[in-house]
Amino acid sequence: MKNKHIITALVKNHSGVLTRISGLFARRCFNIDSLVVCATENPELSRMTIVSDTDDAVAEQMVKQLEKLVDVLKVRELEDGSISRELLLVKIKLSAAQRPEIESTCNIYKAKLVDLSAESVVVELSGEPNKLDALIKILEPYGIIELSRTGVTALERGRKSIND
Amino acid sequence: MKKQLKGCQIIVECLLEQGVEYVFGYPGGQIIDTFDALYEKRGQIKQILTAHEQGASHAADGYARVSGKPGVVIATSGPGATNLVTGIANAYMDSIPLIAITGNVPVPLLGRDSFQEVDIAGITMPITKHNYIVKDVKKLAETIREAFEIAMSGRRGPVLIDVPKDVQQAVCDFQTVAPVSTKISLDETQDFETAAKMIDEAKRPYLFVGGGCVASGASAEAVALAEKLNAPVCSSVMGLGAFPSSHPLFAGLVGMHGSAAVADTLGKCDLMIALGARFSDRVAQNRNSFMAGAKILHIDVDDAEIDKNVRSHAHLKGDVKAVLSALLPRVGRKAETAWASEVASQAKKHPFRPVGKTLCPRKVIECVRSRVSDDTPIATDVGQHQMWVAQSYRFERGRTFVTSGGLGTMGFGMGAAIGAALAAKKAPVLFTGDGSLHMNLNEIPTAVKYGLGVKIFLFNNNVLGMVRQWQTLFYGGRYSSTVLNLPTDYEALAKAFGAKAFTLSRNEDIEKVVGAALETDGTVLVNCIIDKDDMVLPMIPPGKAMGDIIEEI
Repeated sequence: MKNKHIITALVKNHSGVLTRISGLFARRCFNIDSLVVCATENPELSRMTIVSDTDDAVAEQMVKQLEKLVDVLKVRELEDGSISRELLLVKIKLSAAQRPEIESTCNIYKAKLVDLSAESVVVELSGEPNKLDALIKILEPYGIIELSRTGVTALERGRKSIND
Repeated sequence: MKKQLKGCQIIVECLLEQGVEYVFGYPGGQIIDTFDALYEKRGQIKQILTAHEQGASHAADGYARVSGKPGVVIATSGPGATNLVTGIANAYMDSIPLIAITGNVPVPLLGRDSFQEVDIAGITMPITKHNYIVKDVKKLAETIREAFEIAMSGRRGPVLIDVPKDVQQAVCDFQTVAPVSTKISLDETQDFETAAKMIDEAKRPYLFVGGGCVASGASAEAVALAEKLNAPVCSSVMGLGAFPSSHPLFAGLVGMHGSAAVADTLGKCDLMIALGARFSDRVAQNRNSFMAGAKILHIDVDDAEIDKNVRSHAHLKGDVKAVLSALLPRVGRKAETAWASEVASQAKKHPFRPVGKTLCPRKVIECVRSRVSDDTPIATDVGQHQMWVAQSYRFERGRTFVTSGGLGTMGFGMGAAIGAALAAKKAPVLFTGDGSLHMNLNEIPTAVKYGLGVKIFLFNNNVLGMVRQWQTLFYGGRYSSTVLNLPTDYEALAKAFGAKAFTLSRNEDIEKVVGAALETDGTVLVNCIIDKDDMVLPMIPPGKAMGDIIEEI
């Protein structure tokens, strides 16, 4: 049965690591929803956050296959209820008259208007992916010119860390 | 003692540190420096110059299979590097430790589509345990040492190191370092109790021996476990030799062309203990129904193999020999039961049947077997001949069967036999087919040149027999591109390459011709003429279950 899995990995920060990981996923037929690479507190390491809607056995294989890569130092699947966030930027068609309406929508979602022009606005929102989905749905009727999402980044709650 | 050395000398010094005796390879523009450094040390490391880089890669692989030490292959950039790809993939699929060193264009020319430039690190990423491009000579020594460690640790495999020409020429400090011995550690905190309980509760256990048993040298432990449990033993192709075929508990080969007795009795077992096997599609052809009526205890060094193809009920991770050593004292001895003798009597009832009318390839294999020692390396190519050898050559020891199990590489055998001969320091036997031999007969003169005395038994049916067999069984007899119709005169071919030739076409002549061939010095080609419609049986059709076995046509 498929459900959402979030896998996080500490990897060596040098060229080719992303290729190794994306190549591994492609050749093993692992479908992923998003893959985010970011810097960490240690300049020699990067952190990857991988989200996949897949069954438990495949998620287990993802973790084990990642563990075999020399450049991957730590891997773990995050528990349900971990903190996961994504950033959305969405540009919509908007006349000056419609602006108050959008402002109140943004307030409800705690989203920000970060750019204004005569015919458009750019809205910024961070939150759990389903919150972003909901805002996009509400903004759709205005006409989305383009949008960009970062993919999910995540950490476990409490004191524990991937380094434990 | 610190000294200033060029990168190419560092490569050679690092090979010496690791105790490398042979390098297989082929020179070229971007690797001249390393061959120059090898020339300086030619008294300590012997260079084996093949006809083609692919042959060199298979030779390094064959050397590793027989010796248990990493094989080293060196090639130039571009086509030299790409010619290694099949050999590296072959080693990867069979978990063979291989170090591939390639030259590349100087760092400033990288990425500019320079002459003979290719991104070999990118190309080999999915077929190596790890690979490197070394752009700084100061990192070269540590990279090579790490490569050997990776190749030999855990589940073994190939590692490639790409070294641009200017890095081979650059100078830096070098200090000899003793090689890291790859320690075999075992997680003692694993759940041995559950595994032992499962074994103790089993009434009809079966051992399944795979390539991991050969790699870890776990023959004695596997025999001890089988004897303690009175359990019959089957083997994958990769596992052959790890459990002696002459042992009364050995039931035979499992899988697509495995023994009918094994296929039949496996269905009755209640616990399969897999020792270093990965349940490939050639064994667990229908992985959902495979061993559905039994529990599986999976022992493997690679955690990712656990539950990958077939779900296990319990597992133990680690080197098979180490795991078995820890497990053996924890399991109880089983009294002799009807189970083992039932399997043994089934095995007697279902022998592999003779093949063909005028010359039976099985009889040739059996005759060779009766005339060579247990430690003779037996190399094969891929196809029908390979399966006849797997079925009928009674392997007694690990590291004697040199065959391409996972990748199924036609053209593997001739190169592999060269490496096997050097590792074993004795003349090997190569069983091949006319399709396979034509893929790498360019290495016959290599074997002759180095005086390796390879005894080549060519099963010549003038067709691509295994594909033809599938066309006969599953494609309505439409023999698309499988009739070879080769004009090759094998006696003249052997003579042209400096080898000797025999022809064998009748069962009555097997003893005489095989005997003469094996007693002839030097590399010998025996042209064994068999029928084009000979089949490898039994056969479980692809994707089918053990009960669907075809025993005769």
